[in-house]
Amino acid sequence: MYAIGERINGMFKDVGAAIRDRNPEPIQRLAKAQIAAGAQALDVNVGPASADPLGAMEWLVKTIREVTDAPLAIDTTKPDVMRRGLELAGPGSIINSTKGDQAQLDIFIPMAIEHDASLIALTIDENGIPRDASGRGEIALRVVAAAMEKGLPTDRLMIDAVILPVNVTQATPGHVLEAIRNVKLLCEPPPKTVLGLSNVSQGTTQRRLLNRTYLVMALAAGLDAAILDVEDREMMDAMIAAEVLMNRAVYADDFLKAYRS
Amino acid sequence: MAFELPVERWTSAVNTVTIGATAAQGGTRSSVVTVGGDSSLPFLSFEGKTPNRPVIAMEVLDTPPKEWPGPMEEAVGDVSGDPAAWAKKCVEEFGAEMICLRLVGAHPDQGNRSAQECAQTVKSVLGAVGVPLIIWGCGQADKDNEIIPRCSEVAAGENCLLGTATQDNYRTITAACMADGHKLITEAPMDINIQKQVNILVSEMGMDLARVVMYQVTGGLGYGMEYAYSIMERTRLAALSGDRMLSMPMLALIGSECWKVKEARTPQEAAPEWGPEAERGVAWEATTATCFLNAGTHIAVMWHPRAVAAVRDTIDALMPKEA
Repeated sequence: MYAIGERINGMFKDVGAAIRDRNPEPIQRLAKAQIAAGAQALDVNVGPASADPLGAMEWLVKTIREVTDAPLAIDTTKPDVMRRGLELAGPGSIINSTKGDQAQLDIFIPMAIEHDASLIALTIDENGIPRDASGRGEIALRVVAAAMEKGLPTDRLMIDAVILPVNVTQATPGHVLEAIRNVKLLCEPPPKTVLGLSNVSQGTTQRRLLNRTYLVMALAAGLDAAILDVEDREMMDAMIAAEVLMNRAVYADDFLKAYRS
Repeated sequence: MAFELPVERWTSAVNTVTIGATAAQGGTRSSVVTVGGDSSLPFLSFEGKTPNRPVIAMEVLDTPPKEWPGPMEEAVGDVSGDPAAWAKKCVEEFGAEMICLRLVGAHPDQGNRSAQECAQTVKSVLGAVGVPLIIWGCGQADKDNEIIPRCSEVAAGENCLLGTATQDNYRTITAACMADGHKLITEAPMDINIQKQVNILVSEMGMDLARVVMYQVTGGLGYGMEYAYSIMERTRLAALSGDRMLSMPMLALIGSECWKVKEARTPQEAAPEWGPEAERGVAWEATTATCFLNAGTHIAVMWHPRAVAAVRDTIDALMPKEA
C-alpha cells in the first residue's frame, strides 16, 4: 500500500504554530519521522485558518524539500496554491484534491498533466457526497471519462470514495468498500484508490482501533493508498500483515522487519 | 487487427553484482563478471533491460568423485585429481567464465579435509586461473564454519563469491565475507519464504544486500526442476515489484544435479532404448540449464564442456540484440 503521511497539516496545533512562526524545526522533524515510519509520500496542508495560504504553502514545501525528496501530496482546494505547491515540489507530486464536478476537473486534470502529477479525485460533486456506493461510482466514472478525454493516464488517478466518521453515518464504511471494489472495474488500467483514513474515526473514543480495522478491510477491498498516521505502529503492522495475507508481499518470518528495512 | 504485445511495467530491477577483482581493484583476477540488473522477466527485451549476460561457472571439486559417469571421465578425468589443473582446463579449454570450487572433501563423511588443506586448495586454484572464484563449503554446518573463514582469508581482496549462508547457519560465513571483502550466497531449501528470511538475517548483520547472490536449491530435469523454476520465477517477480529482500541475482547448481540422475548416468548397455550415454547427460544438463536461464538464473554452475558450449550458444540466442 502506498502510504501518505497525514501529519503536516495546519489543523494540528504544532504544525499550525510552526507555520505561523515560520519555524522549520517541527515541520522537518515530522517529515523525517513520517518517512522513517514508512511514509512513501507526505501530505502538505496549510490548514483552514491560514491568513496567507499561498505564502504558507510556499514556505512549507521549501522547508520540507530541505530534508526529503519524497513525493508531496499538495492538499488544498485553491488552484493557485495548488499550482505553486506543485511547481516547488517537482514532478511526481500528488494533487490532493479535485472534486468530481466538471468545473473542478477542467482545472485540475490539465494541471496534473502539466506538472506530471497524480490526481486524487473525491467522489463529491455539486450535489455533495453521495449516499451510497453507486452514487460514488457514478462520480468516479465521470472523473475517469474526463481524464481519458483530456489525456491523463487513468492509473495516475486516485479515486477517494470519501469516508465519513462512523459515529456520524454508520452505513458509509460499507458503501465506501463497495465503491473501492467497483472503481477497479471502470477502465484499464484501473484508477488507483485512496482514502483519508483517519476520518473514519473522527470524534470517536477508539480512534486507533477503528483506523486499523478499517484500513485492513479497505485493503481487502482493493485499496491502493491511504493518507494516514504512519506513526501509528500497530496500524502499520496491521497494514504490512494484510499485504502478506493478500499475497502482495512474500512472507518471511521477519516480514515486519523486511518491510521496514 | 494488428497484434498488440501485452507489456508489463515493472517498478524495480534485480541488483547488479560484480564478482572478482583485478589488480586495479585490489585482487589478482584477469577478468571479473557482472550479473543482474535485469528490469524484466528473463530476456523480455520489450519489457525492460537485460544489461548483463548470464554467466557459466564450471564446477571443480576438491576431491574427485568416486564414480564419474563415463562422459565426465572422458572430459575431465585426466585432471579431476588436481583442482588447480581441472580449473585451468575449464577456463583455457572450455571457456569457463568463473570457477565454482566445491570443498566437498571437507565433509566429515567425505574425507574430512582440514581448514588448512581447503585454504591451500583455494590458493592453488586462484593461482592457476584468472577468472573469479566461487568458494563453496561442504554443506555440513560446523565444518563449514571451520573451513570457510580460512578460505575467505587466503582469498581476501579477490572479491570471491562464498557459499552458503542458510537460515540456521549464516553468522560465520557472513562475517567472513564482510571481513575479507567477498560476496555471499544465501541458500534456502526450495522455499521462497526461507530465502527471504535468510536475506533479512544477513542484512541484519550488516551485510549489504547488493553483495548477495541467492541459491534456491535446484533440481535437475525430472527431479524438481519445475518446482525450482516456479520459485525462481516468483522471486524474480518479487524483485521486479520492489521487494528489496528478494532482489538479488540467482545462482543454480546444474551439473551436479543432472549428472546424479539415472537418465544421465546409466550406461547404454544397461538401457539400450535410452540411446548413447555420451549424449544423454550432456543433453540433460543443457536442457536443465536452458530452463533455469528462462526462470531467471544469473550464474549457471555446470559440469560438462559440451553442455557448457551448447548453453553458451543458447545465451547468445536469448540475449536481446542491441537495437
